Amino acid sequence: MSFLHDYVYYIGAFGLVAIGLLIILVKRNLIKLIIGLSILDTGVNMFLISVGYIRRGTAPIFSRPGLEPDGMVDPVPQALVLTAIVIGVAILALALALAVRFYKTYGTLDLRKAKELRW
Amino acid sequence: MRATVGLILLAVIGVGVGISLLAIPFGAPKTEIGDYYIENAREDTGATNVVTSVVVGYRAFDTLGEVTVLFVAALGLGAVLATAGGKRGRSGVEPASLILSAGNIFLFPLILLFGAYIFTHGHLTPGGGFQGGAVIASAFLLVYLSSPGKRINESGASLTESVSGLVFVAIGLLGLTHGTHYFLANFLPKGALNTLFSAGIIPVIYCAIGLKVGSELAGVVDNLMEETE
Repeated sequence: MSFLHDYVYYIGAFGLVAIGLLIILVKRNLIKLIIGLSILDTGVNMFLISVGYIRRGTAPIFSRPGLEPDGMVDPVPQALVLTAIVIGVAILALALALAVRFYKTYGTLDLRKAKELRW
Repeated sequence: MRATVGLILLAVIGVGVGISLLAIPFGAPKTEIGDYYIENAREDTGATNVVTSVVVGYRAFDTLGEVTVLFVAALGLGAVLATAGGKRGRSGVEPASLILSAGNIFLFPLILLFGAYIFTHGHLTPGGGFQGGAVIASAFLLVYLSSPGKRINESGASLTESVSGLVFVAIGLLGLTHGTHYFLANFLPKGALNTLFSAGIIPVIYCAIGLKVGSELAGVVDNLMEETE
């Protein structure tokens, strides 16, 4: 039980990564692939944030006088994830645009049915 | 077959990751650099939000790179969709309901104000340029949903984007001529802690990032909406 208590955030984050990877490996519909990519992205972000967490830590913001530097969570992973989220949105939009082009060229979103892509 | 191979691969990856994760205890302090930032960020940058002082202070050059990645993604999206048979209007789209179009009139300026508040107070409260920019873009998304005929002024959006990007680089180059002579050095006075005009160049850069991200994401929304027919 204490194992679960200690690692529940890691398990959750890598659960999301595993779900995303499985979708990417198994599904053939482009939209579903993009959804899988997005879930994977969320899992990685969650993992980074939970690595930086310190037990009973507060947000690293000195918003009022008298806050002590001890017991604040690690700001570096938060700073990394902050930009990663916005870039994730942009990459998602780019992937969707490519899916639109794919549909216009092949008339389908199924990767198996796009004949020219076979190898 | 594919599913079985996928599951086996996932099991292998899962065991590998699990073994290595056992060495990273959850909830314990891990990096010394994090402690350094928390201890010294207020004196070094003048910002009370340590995350902001990492993003736009210590790692500002890295952030410039990330803004560039965002720009390239938006540019790529425009290029991919522009070749898909030219731009078309959205004449066939059904008009939105009264609630949405009436609510938009009141909400649009408020959302813009909220976005601007988030990126101007990035050094004091949770938030910053990226979040504020995303909020501003959501205001434009609301316009697109409520009044299908309307379009953003594309040249205005790209002008805002280029000017704010140039402001970021220009501030970085000005840092070369002042004080310690490095790119993105903080050459403005740091001011008193926890006031709006403090932390030197950090609020200026975050305003530039907010406008840039806002206009870029609004452009992304515009490009995707054109193709909804």
